[in-house]
Amino acid sequence: MTDILKISNLFKKFPSGFEALKGINLTIAKGEIFALLGQNGAGKTTLISIICGIVTPSAGEVLVDGHDIIRDYRQARALIGLVPQEISTDSFETVWNTVVFSRGLYGKAPNPELIERILKDLSLWDKRHNKIITLSGGMKRRLMIAKALSHEPSILFLDEPTAGVDVSLRKDMWELVRALKKSGTTIILTTHYIEEAEEMADRIGIIRQGELLLVEGKQSLMKKLGKKELTLELQTPLTAMPAGLEVPGLSLRSHGAELVYSFDSKGEQLGIAGLLQRLSDLGIPFKDLHTKQSSLEDIFVSLVNDQGVGHGV
Amino acid sequence: MAFNLHGIRAIYGFELARTRRTLMQSIIAPVISTALYFIVFGSAIGSRITEMEGISYGAFIVPGLIMLSLLTQSISNASFGIYFPKFSGTIYELLSAPLTPFEIILSYVGAAATKSIVLGLIILLTAAFFVPLRIDHPFWMLAYLILTSVTFSLIGFIIGIWADGFEKLQVVPLLIITPLTFLGGSFYSISVLPGFWQKVALLNPVVYLISGFRWSFYSIQDVNLEVSLGMTLGFLAVSLSVVTWIFKTGYRLKK
Repeated sequence: MTDILKISNLFKKFPSGFEALKGINLTIAKGEIFALLGQNGAGKTTLISIICGIVTPSAGEVLVDGHDIIRDYRQARALIGLVPQEISTDSFETVWNTVVFSRGLYGKAPNPELIERILKDLSLWDKRHNKIITLSGGMKRRLMIAKALSHEPSILFLDEPTAGVDVSLRKDMWELVRALKKSGTTIILTTHYIEEAEEMADRIGIIRQGELLLVEGKQSLMKKLGKKELTLELQTPLTAMPAGLEVPGLSLRSHGAELVYSFDSKGEQLGIAGLLQRLSDLGIPFKDLHTKQSSLEDIFVSLVNDQGVGHGV
Repeated sequence: MAFNLHGIRAIYGFELARTRRTLMQSIIAPVISTALYFIVFGSAIGSRITEMEGISYGAFIVPGLIMLSLLTQSISNASFGIYFPKFSGTIYELLSAPLTPFEIILSYVGAAATKSIVLGLIILLTAAFFVPLRIDHPFWMLAYLILTSVTFSLIGFIIGIWADGFEKLQVVPLLIITPLTFLGGSFYSISVLPGFWQKVALLNPVVYLISGFRWSFYSIQDVNLEVSLGMTLGFLAVSLSVVTWIFKTGYRLKK
C-alpha cells in the first residue's frame, strides 16, 4: 500500500520552552484509519496542526503524498481536510454559504451537487439556509466535517471528533468515517476515547509527552499486549495455593472461592488446557469458568503509566 | 494550482457579503456622520467663513472629509476582517488552506479597499447635494482614492493581526488616525497656521494625503504634488513590507 503521509524527526518547541513534540517518526498508508491516542497535552493536536500548516515545526520533515508541507505547501494542503477540536464557525453565516466558502478556499470550482450530497450525508440539508448560530452542538460538529469534506480531501484529520457529543451522534460519526474509508479517504483521528479507536482504527499510535510510544496494527497490538484472565469458580474454597499449582500468574481470590489465572498471549506459560489438566490431576473441581481479555483501554493505561516503555517505533 | 483564484474569490465575496449584512454600520453610518459634518462645518460654521484659498469653505472640506472616512473605514474594515477569524477561531481554515500570503492579502485588503472606495464615492455624491463640487483631475482623484484605500486597508490588516482584543482594534483609528486627519488639514489649509505649526504639520503624514487629494479636486495644494504622491506610495511600500514580514515570520498568526 502506498504511503500518503511521512513524518520524519518532527520536533516542536514553543517559545515558552515547552517541547510539544520530540522527534516524531510516522508513516501512514493510503486509505487507512489511523488513531492517535494520548492524554490531554500529549502532543496530538500540535502534530495535526503542524501537518495542516497552522503551527510551524521547529525541525523535521512532513511529506503529504510526496509534497513537503513547507516547500510545496499549496499541493500538500490541497490534499488535506481538517476538522479541528474546537467548533469554530462564523455564527451569522448560513450552512450552505460556509461550506461553499470552504470549498472555494481550497481552490476548487463551485460544485453545488457535491455540496448537496455532503449536506445530505451529514443530515444538514434541511438546515442549509439556517444561520450557524441556530444549530445545535451536534449539528455544528457535523458542519465542521462538511466544511472539511467540501474540497474532497485525500486525507481527513479529525481532532477529537466526538468530544462532547452524545452516544447516538458518536455512532453516526463512526458510520460516516467508515463510509469515507470505503471511498478511499485516509483518516487520521485523535481521540482519548479508547473505544473510538478500538471501534474504527486499522492502526493505533500512542503518544505521550510528545513522543510516540508505539505504532501498531490494532489487532496485533491487542494480541501482543492484551492480557487474558481466566477465572475458575471452585466448588470448595481453598485456604492456600495447593502444592503443584505454584504457577506464575495464578492466584486465589474471593477468600479462596476463585482461582484466577492471568496470562498474556505472548507468554502462554501454562495455557488454559495445561492448567485445567493440572487441576484435574490434583482433584480440584470447579463449577464455572470465564475468561476476560483486556481492552485497548487497559493497554493504553498500562502504557502511558509505564515509564519504562521504549521510545519511538 | 498556479494561482488560487477560487480562494481569493471566496474570501473577497465573504467579506463583501459581511458588508451587505452590516450595511448600517459599514455604509449608512459613515455617510450620515459625513452629512452631519457638512451641515455643521459647511453650512452652520462655514457660512461665517467665506472662502479658503479661493474655494467656498463647504466645498473646500469635501476632500478632507472623504479622506477622513477613507482612512478610518479602510483601517476598520480590514482590521476587523482579519481579526474576527482570529477571535472566532475560524482562522484555522485560512492558515490550512492552499493560499499564498499574497493571495490572502489580496483578498482581504482588496475587499476592505473596495468597501472604502465605494464609501468614498457615496460620500462624494452626498457632498454634491450640499456644496458646489468640481473635480479638476478625475484620474488623480480616483488614483488617490484607490491608493489611500489600499494603503490604509493594509495598515488595518496589520492592526487586525497585531490586536489581541477589541480595544486594540479601536486604539489606532481613534487615537492616531482620527487626530492626525483632523490636524492634517481636513478642515483648513495648513497655510493658515502660524509658521512654526506649519513646520510641525509637515511631520503629519496625513497632510500629504489630503493635500494631494484636494489638489485633484481644486488644483490647490499645501505641499508639492510629487512629494504628496511620493509619500502616499511610500506608505504603501512600508505597509506592504510589514505585511510580508508578518507572513514570513507568522507573527501573531502561527505558533
